[in-house]
Amino acid sequence: MQFQRSASRGTFRSALCAVAASTALLFAGGEVHAQETFKIGIVAFLSGQAAESFGIPAVNGAKVLVDAFNRSAAPAPYGQKGFGGLKIEAVYVDEAGGATKQVQELRALYDREKVDAVVGYIGSGDCLAVAPVAEELKRFLILHDCGTPRIFEDGKFSYVFRTASHATMDNVALARYLKAHNAKARSINLINQDYAWGHDAKADFAAAMGQFYPDATVGQDLLPKFGAGQYGTEISVLLSKPADVTHTSLWGGDLQALMLQAGPRGLFKRTQLVISAGDHVLPVLGQRMPDGVILGARGAYGQMAPKSALNDWWNDIYAKAYNGQQPLHSPYRMAQALLGLKLAVEKAMVANGGKKPTPEQLAAALRGSEWDSPGGRIRMALADGHQAIQDTAIARTRYDAAAKKVVLEDIMRFPAECVNPPAGTTAEAWIKAGFPGAKNCP
Amino acid sequence: MDGLLTLLIDGLNYASWLFIVSLGLTLVFGVLKILNIAHGSFYALGAYAAASFVGWAAGMQWSPWMSLAAMLLAAVAVAAVVAPITERGLLRFFYGRDEVLLVLVTYALFLVMEDVTKLIWGANPYFVTEPYGLFGNVDFGVLSYVGYDFALWGLAVAAGLAAWWALNRTRQGKIVLAVIHSPEVASSMGVRVSRVYTIAFGAGVFLAALAGAFTAPMISVQPGLSVSVVVLSFAVVIIGGLGSIEGAAIGALLVGLARSAAVHLAPAAELFVIYAVMAGVLVFRPEGLFQRIQARKI
Repeated sequence: MQFQRSASRGTFRSALCAVAASTALLFAGGEVHAQETFKIGIVAFLSGQAAESFGIPAVNGAKVLVDAFNRSAAPAPYGQKGFGGLKIEAVYVDEAGGATKQVQELRALYDREKVDAVVGYIGSGDCLAVAPVAEELKRFLILHDCGTPRIFEDGKFSYVFRTASHATMDNVALARYLKAHNAKARSINLINQDYAWGHDAKADFAAAMGQFYPDATVGQDLLPKFGAGQYGTEISVLLSKPADVTHTSLWGGDLQALMLQAGPRGLFKRTQLVISAGDHVLPVLGQRMPDGVILGARGAYGQMAPKSALNDWWNDIYAKAYNGQQPLHSPYRMAQALLGLKLAVEKAMVANGGKKPTPEQLAAALRGSEWDSPGGRIRMALADGHQAIQDTAIARTRYDAAAKKVVLEDIMRFPAECVNPPAGTTAEAWIKAGFPGAKNCP
Repeated sequence: MDGLLTLLIDGLNYASWLFIVSLGLTLVFGVLKILNIAHGSFYALGAYAAASFVGWAAGMQWSPWMSLAAMLLAAVAVAAVVAPITERGLLRFFYGRDEVLLVLVTYALFLVMEDVTKLIWGANPYFVTEPYGLFGNVDFGVLSYVGYDFALWGLAVAAGLAAWWALNRTRQGKIVLAVIHSPEVASSMGVRVSRVYTIAFGAGVFLAALAGAFTAPMISVQPGLSVSVVVLSFAVVIIGGLGSIEGAAIGALLVGLARSAAVHLAPAAELFVIYAVMAGVLVFRPEGLFQRIQARKI
């Protein structure tokens, strides 16, 4: 009995130890499990008017890249599996629905989905709304595409970054392209959407043209509403008072509708059309896009991308995943965000003894950093290292009947320092002052 | 003078398009008393169906003029398939309930349809540009207009007259008017009210799809088409008076001409002017221009 009692005690102790060990293992296992993944919330338009042009291509780009990272299939220095060995898990969220909904979605991503970082946002209004929320929550956020310069000009952030140039670059580069080609520009007409993107674009373009063509006058300044679709009246106005140059920052379905309606009415024979962000409509418009249109892609993307092994690899994996499609502006911008995030996570993990970094460590790693992307070098040079600058390019369209696609020719590249304002000044002030500090301009 | 003529032509172009879009909305409200938010979805469905039908007609090597028939057929197909499912399968369960509830139901339907169109046609854009060039160009001084725009004037007039004639000059139309006046009395006289509702809703869906189908050649058919259309058409029918065909015509003309004047003379006021017209009308005629004041039933 004694033996049995002591055996019983021993059994009890053993069982207790086993439970304790199991519990410890369970917790340890939990820690290992938590270490295994790095969860990213990816936000882009999956429905509505921006889905086709920007949102879905951005998500497609994210999917193919996350898959490549998880398979260790990316070239150096991006070859480590996942993010520093952590498997990447992505959660995709629709950006449609307005800024208020996006604020709620962002909170849900951090609090319910427990994401380690959020990457996304195409709409400037959405970026302006979510950036202060991420800052308040002290959670890591990368804005990958939106254009308004005001985010970092009006605010100061510790946890928020934008890994692409703001929209000033697009319009300054267009004006520089016209000047470099000695284009006739005594008069300018403008047609831009009536919201932040359109207003910023036309102001930057008009101001930049004022520097290069001091005698140029702005004639028509049209502001159709976003999603208008019908541009008959606007085209009449542009035709009745044609200008040497007509500038637009319309995009997606709106830009496509303008091209479809203005082409048959002969508008493009009477004016030089310049588009600040137009590469995304080239594959779908095809021969409906007139020859000779001057356009940008919000960076050196697609046909305008510089030759590099990284760009070749990126085009290859994208084309294989999506029936031979070439990535354009939106997936390029998603790619440069995820590549920057990957290097930042891995750098922060090294500093953190190989463990998953905190938002503060992640922010410290990305702040002021530089990395290569398929569209060229990205440098977090503005806003205390939170706002990127990058090179860009502008080109002219020509439909190639043999290739059955629009080709971009007469490509001119602009170094980042030439078309982005330097640190410590606003875009508006920089343009008005005559681009002080602009370097290496062609 | 040229400027005034241009302004008028542009205004009428816009008004003809708006009228076709709004006609179905006002008809459905007139008969079923439903503020149909999903009207924009039926418009989008018409555009997508036209893209498919015109593509199919082109694949069959038919004459380019047959693309117009294909667009008409697309609108008929949308109405034949979608209207009975929506009206019999969903809306009828909410008849007699609060009108706000029906607004919410059609809003839910609008959201569902947005995804349904994406499931069927995907997110990539479709182009149906062939019919746009069928009527050539018409030149006015330095301006050149596409003949298709003027063809839409004809379509708008034909659709409006057909709807008016069907309602006011046919036996079936008189039955519909009886249902509009009092469904209970019409029912007691042997009218199958539910059948009238189905037919009227079908006509509304057809008109929405017709507008979408004939707009398709001018635009890129892609997700998000339905949103702005429904807002604009609501402004038109509110100006004209909910449920009035004449009102929709006048509302579309007012909005079209006001918008044209704004774009030509004060572009920054383009968006404002549409709602300024609406507000101005509602100040003096809260029920809209053409809606008769109705006695309150006790």
